[in-house]
Amino acid sequence: MSPRRLDAPYGQLIDRDSPVEFEFDGELIRGYRGDSVVSALLGEDRWLISRSFKYHRPRGPLSLAGHDANTLVQTPRAPNQLAEDLDAQDQEIVSGQNFLGSLRADRYALLDRLGRFLPVGFYYRAFFKPRGIWRYWEAFIRKTAGLGVANLRVKPRYSDKQYLFCDVAVVGAGPAGISAALTAAAGGAEVLLIDENPYTGGALTYHRFGLEDVTREHMLAQLRSSLAAAANIRVLSGATCNAWFSDHYLPVFQGERLLKVRANTCILATGSSEQPVVFRNNDVPGIVLCSALERLLLHHGVCPEGPAVVLAGNDDAYLTALTAIDAGLTLAAVVDMRPATDNPALAAALAERGVTCYFNATVYEAHEDASGLRLGSVDVYNIETAGQVGALTARIECQLLAMSAGLMPAYQLACHGGAKLEYVDEKAAFALTQLPEGMLLAGGVNSIHTLEAVCADGRNAGRQALRALSRPADDDEAVECALRVNHPWPIFKHPRGREFVDFDEDLQVKDIINSARLGYRDIQLVKRYSTVGMGPSQGRHSALTTARLIAQATDRTVSETGVTTARPPVKPEPLGLLAGRRFHPVRKTPLDSRHRALGAHMIPAGSWRRPAFYGKPSQRTACIAAEAQAVRTGVGIIDVSTLGGIDLRGPDAAEFLNRIYTYGFLKQPVGKTRYAVLTSEQGVVVDDGVAARLADEHFYVTATTTGVDRVYRDMLRWNAQWRLSVDIAQVTSAYSAVNVAGPRSRDVLESAGCDLDLSAEAFPYLACREACVGGIPVRIMRVGFVGELGYELHVPSLMAQSLWDRLLSAGAAFDIKPFGVETQRLLRLEKGHIIVGQDTDGMSHPGEVGLEWAISRKKPFFVGRRSVEILMAQPLKRQLVGFSLSVHAPQPKEGHLVIRSGDIVGNVTSCEVSATLNQIVGLAYVHPDDALPGCDITIRTDDAVCVQATVVALPFYDPQNERQAL
Amino acid sequence: MPLGLLKYGRGDDYPYERQPDLPGPTELKDHYDVVIIGGGGHGVATAYYLAKHHGITNVAVLEKAYLGGGNTARNTAVIRSNYLTPEGVRFYSASVKLFEGLANEFDFNIMYSQRGQLTLAHTDATVRAFRQRAEVNRHFGGRTELIDRKSIAELVPCLNLDPAELPVLAGLWHKDGATARHDAVAWGYARGATQRGVELHQLTEVTGINQAAGRVTGVTTNRGTVGCHTVIQAVAGHSAILARKAGFELPLVAYPLQAMVTLPVKPFLNPLVSSSALHCYVQQTGRGEIVIGGGSDPYPLYSSRASLPLKESLIASAVDMFPFLSEMRLLRQWAGITDMTTDYSPIMGVSPLENYYLDAGWGTWGFKATPICGQTMAQLVASGGQVPELIQPFALERFDRFQQVNEMGATAASH
Ligand SMILES: Cc1cc2nc3c(=O)[nH]c(=O)nc-3n(C[C@H](O)[C@H](O)[C@H](O)COP(=O)(O)OP(=O)(O)OC[C@H]3O[C@@H](n4cnc5c(N)ncnc54)[C@H](O)[C@@H]3O)c2cc1C
Repeated sequence: MSPRRLDAPYGQLIDRDSPVEFEFDGELIRGYRGDSVVSALLGEDRWLISRSFKYHRPRGPLSLAGHDANTLVQTPRAPNQLAEDLDAQDQEIVSGQNFLGSLRADRYALLDRLGRFLPVGFYYRAFFKPRGIWRYWEAFIRKTAGLGVANLRVKPRYSDKQYLFCDVAVVGAGPAGISAALTAAAGGAEVLLIDENPYTGGALTYHRFGLEDVTREHMLAQLRSSLAAAANIRVLSGATCNAWFSDHYLPVFQGERLLKVRANTCILATGSSEQPVVFRNNDVPGIVLCSALERLLLHHGVCPEGPAVVLAGNDDAYLTALTAIDAGLTLAAVVDMRPATDNPALAAALAERGVTCYFNATVYEAHEDASGLRLGSVDVYNIETAGQVGALTARIECQLLAMSAGLMPAYQLACHGGAKLEYVDEKAAFALTQLPEGMLLAGGVNSIHTLEAVCADGRNAGRQALRALSRPADDDEAVECALRVNHPWPIFKHPRGREFVDFDEDLQVKDIINSARLGYRDIQLVKRYSTVGMGPSQGRHSALTTARLIAQATDRTVSETGVTTARPPVKPEPLGLLAGRRFHPVRKTPLDSRHRALGAHMIPAGSWRRPAFYGKPSQRTACIAAEAQAVRTGVGIIDVSTLGGIDLRGPDAAEFLNRIYTYGFLKQPVGKTRYAVLTSEQGVVVDDGVAARLADEHFYVTATTTGVDRVYRDMLRWNAQWRLSVDIAQVTSAYSAVNVAGPRSRDVLESAGCDLDLSAEAFPYLACREACVGGIPVRIMRVGFVGELGYELHVPSLMAQSLWDRLLSAGAAFDIKPFGVETQRLLRLEKGHIIVGQDTDGMSHPGEVGLEWAISRKKPFFVGRRSVEILMAQPLKRQLVGFSLSVHAPQPKEGHLVIRSGDIVGNVTSCEVSATLNQIVGLAYVHPDDALPGCDITIRTDDAVCVQATVVALPFYDPQNERQAL
Repeated sequence: MPLGLLKYGRGDDYPYERQPDLPGPTELKDHYDVVIIGGGGHGVATAYYLAKHHGITNVAVLEKAYLGGGNTARNTAVIRSNYLTPEGVRFYSASVKLFEGLANEFDFNIMYSQRGQLTLAHTDATVRAFRQRAEVNRHFGGRTELIDRKSIAELVPCLNLDPAELPVLAGLWHKDGATARHDAVAWGYARGATQRGVELHQLTEVTGINQAAGRVTGVTTNRGTVGCHTVIQAVAGHSAILARKAGFELPLVAYPLQAMVTLPVKPFLNPLVSSSALHCYVQQTGRGEIVIGGGSDPYPLYSSRASLPLKESLIASAVDMFPFLSEMRLLRQWAGITDMTTDYSPIMGVSPLENYYLDAGWGTWGFKATPICGQTMAQLVASGGQVPELIQPFALERFDRFQQVNEMGATAASH
């Protein structure tokens, strides 16, 4: 199809029999299965892929490994995708991003012309005068910033998560990683070998390690077959280990799955990132790293248009040149920044092939071709001293430049674990030190670069891992690597700038230096002021140059200058995979289906769902009024299964409760309930419930729906200290409960077949009993939250439905009506009962909310006692009171403020229209001087309308408590 | 193109005649009138106002690492005043007011951006609390209101109003809510302070507080000892550790707090949006990145490591709120150490030592207070220990007096 594709053995990754096509920027692109979007584009000789962040310069690929931001593209679903990581076969439409007009003719490219008016950090220097103007500039700047466009309509795709465990996780399946994995597995360890590429072999798949290429192929075949034969190695290909977290917890992204790997030991064999040379216009499409050219040829079989130039800072670049020549690429020249090659045979080999080599020279400036979008020629200059050039030696026409200034260890994962980068001056390279326990390095990341040494280093790492696992291992081999891979100063500042240090952020040499000149000398401040390293590649190609430049500008060593902290993740990762499938647990009481059948309007209560009332939301007021009416005059029934339940058994059960809750429980008789208030150590009311003494050594305690988990946890924590002889069990789900309330409730229970004498004498208010209702075992408590004769029946959850059905059918004769929580809130308010969490807040102590009576002053201790006493000894700052006003007044809402001489003195916590009382009634915090019944208070309601309310003694309803004692 | 930028076109290099923003390193003097420990936003703001408002310039700010590198560098820059207590609302409102004029005062753009902050309520308990906050805010002149689902949908059309089985019931819309370039705030203050003669010493760690007869006489650092008349500690996450060196305890517990950011996209989200029930907030920076944050880690720790479980849960919540975020890419994740009080209010003012002042307990919410802290701490020092009224409620002794200023409900999910 495309004339530029080479035959095998080039193009290992593509399947020439499976052509694929997609649209890029409106044009049809053809490639093969196995191509990335970028290799397919390059196969059609299209090098313009994106526009840069700030100056909107045309950009093409740099690393071809998905390690830079030059190839960020947009798909219909998603912005900011690395085109080098996108499989061509999966795409339909791909486009460039961050331009105005078209990718080829971006009108924002004007910004490149204006560049000299936009110094580093220019946005700190302008746009705010006169005051107020920034708002308008901001809108414009925001629009030009940002890269792709989010598609606001996409729905999350299906993705899932899996846990994996292994003895040794080896990250990177190059020669070092495979060697390490083989050694560790041979010693009996379970090994996980993880590589981001869809193949194993790493650099062996494209980089020759000597003059002859056969060694590479031979070695690759051998390692792969050993890998296939090894029993306890699991290979994860196309799997990116994207971070290292404490205790070797590794998130690995593979396809649509997030694997969470917990390893015992972790071997990093992540290799190194090749570094660009910094010269004017080093970002023009057509300028790539040497390794990128090798990948393009060997992986994708794309032989780009020549002629090409290789810019060398080390011997490795010559090997690239040889690979290119072998593939048939026209090589115009090799420009070597050094005086000579380390290995003379390499220079000779090129001379033999008729390639001109310039030594002590550099490309000082690149020029675009006539289109302005692609490399046209390069200017070669003599290097005089580090970074300084002399005269122009040659201008070479070329369409492609491959460069290598050296290598930076792929340090990210190690640095997530706290490792440090130290600059080794003799090698002009950073090396990793201070690894966390259980982390080992092998190969390129360990600054070892010759093939033999890389494999040996891998085997050593495998042995060390075995020892760490207390398994036997051979002695380590001696590993040596004298290869110099880094040029000490591949940075050539140009008077007209545009020598890019950071491609992501469009930062030139002067930007870095000027940051230091402005006083941002610390490398972290340089980063923050200039934004170097903040882009998608997180400094992979800029950290080394930045450290060198700042060291020079601030008169420090490169080690002292250092690099900024590497933070997870290694590569940008999709949020959808991190989120995964969502689990939103919802708890339903056993009566849930009954409520829905009855037309309940369900609302959340913590993770539970409860009926608010029965009926349509549009008829809310009427429904609640009818339900309230039924309870007040006949009988109602409410599902209170969500109430927390805690079972306490043991000789110290009473003592335990006595220490936890504010009231006294030691002398509580069997068969009686007591109100139980819990205060925090700060003296604040945090929960309440009812404690029923079922036997001498057995209590059943309720807690609030949303509070029970905390109460239970606190109980366990306290008893871990007190070590009382009591078993504490949370039985919230084991029991369900209903409350039958209203003057006819006794009749309902009787006719439902309750085997208890329910008379007031035999079963008085606040008593509790164990009994049976129609054969169903229940714990019955006579409580009065809503202020009527009432029975709370707690039943094993399995029997809740039978009990409900039985009560409803027995109640039919008495017109029993189910009621919901909102009705219950109204009823309890009429009765003046507080709801902890609604009528109390994070500061409410018992004295403020009228719970003094529930505090036992006689006992020596309860949780929070010291604080409660101090608080209650202080003059009250506010007090919770009941208030009422006419039904015709504007109804205050919960949260409205109580105002006194212009100041805030409190707030409304509950407020309802009471049909029973024909009044608006509520609870509010008021100034203590206004707390006596009869006082007037001012409440500021909606739209700042103030209303006068009168403080009323609680309860509003049935002050003599006659009804619940029936 | 603003005219102010034209001068940069004169030469290819930066115009050198300008003073640098921050002076280079110098030797420590033997004695200063005031030593400020901690070169975060609070430390340099205090120095700035000491110099600017009170003419006190013999001041050294000692920073163990680099300027603004602590929580000032890590925070997500939510600026708001929609707190719950009158004390809190008055204090933070004063800070918001100062923020509004800061760029012009500094002649340095802090990119203050008043976008409004929207907090979502998913339960009626939260609706009640929000109504109260709106009322208290309005009482003090703030622009805050309770809005319904329809208004929320108009404000943020891309928001999912029914996330995670937790339908949004209402929202607290705080028009004064804002954000700013956090680093620039520290730099602007440091620049203004050093231009007035204050010394900023980076890589200078205070290792001891020297005392005689109940008074502080100076501090010991990794670069030697300096004497001083007054000391202020403003070290956020390390407050309890430093106080212990000074010989007293602070009721603080340190928890890691994490945040994360995506690759930048074109603007689509204007307000800062947070959800009380999902413990998550989402906002878009001027660069176009989406910042995602939430509550602190659930256990105390003095480490600023990031973790996977928190990342998973925070992002799951963010995707619940904005489902399309699932196709966006996460760029970076980080953490800071926050010094939490039990009532979610700071500790400011005097300490058990006579000439040693406290600015601590800033937890997850202190960035927004940077200007007002600087101003009130400077007043405190300049007046020789008269505590300004605005910060009296935040005194350390409130914990003994049981007079806490409870902002828990107004702070937990949205800093
Ligand atoms: C992830 C995250 C998100 C946040 N989001 C928000 C937000 O949205 N809104 C908000 O208002 N707040 C937020 N905060 C809180 C806010 O960042 C802090 O409260 C605020 O920055 C505190 O400022 P500071 O100047 O007191 O502290 P820092 O900026 O931490 O400065 C303290 C300095 O003291 C130095 N130091 C410590 N010990 C010593 C010593 N012994 N000697 C010398 N120097 C020392 C440290 O190195 C540090 O630079 C967030 C915090 C985090 C971690």
